[in-house]
Amino acid sequence: MDALMLARWQFGITTVYHFFFVPLTLGLGWVVALLQTAWYVTGRDVYKRLTKFWGKLFLINFAMGVATGIVQEFQFGMNWSEYSRFMGDIFGAPLAIEALLAFFLESTFLGVWIFGWDRLPKKVHLAAIWLAAIGANLSAYWILVANSFMQQPVGYVLGQGRAEMNDFWALITNPHVFVQFPHVITGAMATAAFFMLGISAWQLKRTITGEERDAFRISFRIGAIYGLVATVAVMVVGHGQAQYMMKVQPMKMAAAEALWETEDPAPMSLFTWGNEPERRDVWAVKVPGMLSFLAYNRFDGAVPGIKALQAEYERTYGPGDYVPPVKWTYWTFRVMVGAGMVMALLALLATWQVWRQRIEGSRWLLGLLVPAIALPYLANSTGWIFTEIGRQPWIVFGLQKTADAVSPNVSAAEVGFSLVVFTLLYGVLMVADIYLLQKFARAGTMGSVSVEGSEQPGVAPVGA
Amino acid sequence: MFDLNTLWFVLIAVLFIGFFVLEGFDYGVGILLPWLGKTDAERRRIINTIGPVWDGNEVWVITAGGAMFAAFPQWYATLFSGFYLALLLMLAALIVRAVGFEFRSKDRSPAWRTTWDALIFFGSLVPALLWGVALGNLLVGVPIDQTMTFTGGFLDLLGPYELIAGLATLSAFTVHGGIFLHLKSDEPIRGRALRAIKLIGPVATVFIVLFGVTTYLWTDAFTRLGVDPGLTPIVAVGCMLAAGALVHRERMGWAFVMTSVALAASVITIFMSLYPRVMVSSLNPDWTLTIYNAASTPYTLRIMSIVALVFVPIVLIYQGWTYWVFRHRITADTHLEY
Ligand code: HDD
Ligand code: HEM
Ligand code: HEM
Repeated sequence: MDALMLARWQFGITTVYHFFFVPLTLGLGWVVALLQTAWYVTGRDVYKRLTKFWGKLFLINFAMGVATGIVQEFQFGMNWSEYSRFMGDIFGAPLAIEALLAFFLESTFLGVWIFGWDRLPKKVHLAAIWLAAIGANLSAYWILVANSFMQQPVGYVLGQGRAEMNDFWALITNPHVFVQFPHVITGAMATAAFFMLGISAWQLKRTITGEERDAFRISFRIGAIYGLVATVAVMVVGHGQAQYMMKVQPMKMAAAEALWETEDPAPMSLFTWGNEPERRDVWAVKVPGMLSFLAYNRFDGAVPGIKALQAEYERTYGPGDYVPPVKWTYWTFRVMVGAGMVMALLALLATWQVWRQRIEGSRWLLGLLVPAIALPYLANSTGWIFTEIGRQPWIVFGLQKTADAVSPNVSAAEVGFSLVVFTLLYGVLMVADIYLLQKFARAGTMGSVSVEGSEQPGVAPVGA
Repeated sequence: MFDLNTLWFVLIAVLFIGFFVLEGFDYGVGILLPWLGKTDAERRRIINTIGPVWDGNEVWVITAGGAMFAAFPQWYATLFSGFYLALLLMLAALIVRAVGFEFRSKDRSPAWRTTWDALIFFGSLVPALLWGVALGNLLVGVPIDQTMTFTGGFLDLLGPYELIAGLATLSAFTVHGGIFLHLKSDEPIRGRALRAIKLIGPVATVFIVLFGVTTYLWTDAFTRLGVDPGLTPIVAVGCMLAAGALVHRERMGWAFVMTSVALAASVITIFMSLYPRVMVSSLNPDWTLTIYNAASTPYTLRIMSIVALVFVPIVLIYQGWTYWVFRHRITADTHLEY
């Protein structure tokens, strides 16, 4: 593999990995803040225990998000120096603002929250977790401003050998970010909801009693309702995002559907076995008119195909291959949407059980909800892989190609080496992370796992 | 003369000062951790002295990176792609260190804890060394061609001058961290911290002096100056000496102020000597990156200036507040978090 391919793999792996942790931080922060608010208002002990229980899992996850985030900040310069030179005037701004506005807020107040339990007035301590949650979600907005510019460049002019910002307001109100941000945020909420549902279900399936049972019933209820609302929202917003994509990146949509020729009305593919080099189907199952519906909310209307778009792009941008890898876009899109549908169904069933006050009534549902923790992770990862690969060959749509963006002075050997280092390191850390998460998830809210040093047997650790 | 490019150069210097002074003692505490903490509870106490603040401190360098990207994208691109392997090493260190702080106490097994403590140690040591090496390289010059591309390799970054700079930051951070620890802990950690400071303090002073002298002799910093650093290098050395004297009288609060000023003065010296350059080309002075040929457009600089002038003070206020909240000593009776 050449340096370019290795750099792409490295960026993909490290960014997807970072985004394993981010959604849970974004979505669970709100829950911890709400639980603590409930404790503050009602004074009921169960809410305090729940705050600490979910807060502990939140922090374990957060540590990984922070550690992998630093890599993100540096690797644009490390691997994509030509990109940084060409786009830095625009792209650097949201990144710097993210650090200044969001990361400081989040990391400072989370520190205050972790260590402030006995030191601060309750009200101030409660404010700290809210500020941390707000900081995290602010950071998502700014990074998505940066990413949205790559999907749909706005507010720039082409200057001497680079793109130059000429309208900051246009950059931060990019219409693309207004479809992307809600989808990412609701996806993050769904992630947190299924995380809660899965762990609560696992606890309730065991024979726990008394206060512990109450605690996880509360968690289950929150998870179910949060999950239902978030999953429905993520699908509705996703539908809007797909329609928007039709306008700004029709090639991505055509690739997502393996739609070789323009069709009216356009069918939606359920399963396509295609021949990518020859750009034709070998075998396919399609729902007539459905793609037109997805695109325009009516069952007719032309959806441009890959071949027509390729011809059009050649006229606009000169000769070249403008078709993203169709297999990747097609399948990642399907996995995301499929995962979303299963999630919606499960959240509906869980809410139904809550409604009937029969949470433990169906043991198979409880059993299903445990592996279902993986579904949002699957949807998040495939969603991003789809978004980023569907944009290829562009790194910034219409302005710069990925092949022109890579650092010219970083050799394939160097990237290969760093790719191996990151992959191994991340692999080991993932094992440690999952080990801790499951350990504390099992321990429950009564702190049966004690973590303090053996020399301090009497002191109960906070949050354990 | 004082334009927005200069303002951003100053702002990035300020971010580096904040980073050296704040994260500097975090690194120092991490480096001292395995040596001063003999038992598990002692190590937990040592970590808890920086527990609430280390992540906020680390954001200073993340912001510095972001600010370089936004204000001087060519600098960001040349530096980060050029120092590729060094940065890889630094990132690996920062990753295990960050995870270590959160994870080390979450399992009782001694093997688990010793592993993370070792990772915290190396994860603090490596960046403490490398940041000095990196700043040294900016000043002494590295092979940069006419397209602003770094053409050297990893070993080009490790000349004697750069190593002196690296050892200076490493030893200075360790002393700085030792003094912080002395302020924030009680016996027996305090006593051990004091011994460590007395041991490493002179070493740090020597390296800072050496750094100043070699900068004078081996770089052209003092001959083609944008700004004469004047007394600042003297201030840096003077403060280190004063810190030593104060340590012997156990006036640790003032000693901490002195090491902070010394670190700040060192950063100021480097940035003043650089100005208006940001990365010196050792191949041809004309290929040097400056705050003009590496900069963003005036429009972007203007926007970023407004953002920075509004938000940097706010950040300073709330971070300052957290130091006030957590100003108390961590003693054996202190309730140990996690
Ligand atoms: C829990 C997570 C989750 C779930 C259930 C879904 N998505 Fe999604 N999707 C994401 C998480 C996500 C994401 C990871 O957050 C992405 C990546 C980039 C982005 O903006 O959001 C994404 C991207 C993304 C894109 C690409 C946008 C672009 O490239 O500009 C489209 C069109 C959709 N989604 C549409 C949908 C639809 C119609 C869904 C219906 C079930 C759906 N998503 C479920
Ligand atoms: C966190 C969620 C994200 C994930 C999971 C993700 C994933 C990916 C993947 C898989 C690639 C590789 C594409 C390929 O090889 O063809 C890629 C490329 C890239 N993405 Fe993202 N991305 C994310 C967010 C972002 C954001 C927010 C930015 C900008 C701030 C960004 C910037 C880039 C850049 C610069 C590339 C260059 C390499 C390339 O296109 O091949 N990504 N990303
Ligand atoms: C959609 C994509 C992304 C989102 C929503 C996002 C959001 C977040 C959030 C919420 C955190 C806090 C820690 C955690 O989540 O566990 C975080 C950490 C971090 N992220 Fe990302 N991120 C994304 C992609 C990126 C990219 C592409 C970069 C590169 C500039 C980046 C840089 C960082 C850094 C430097 C940190 C550490 C901050 C600290 O020390 O507190 N992130 N990110």
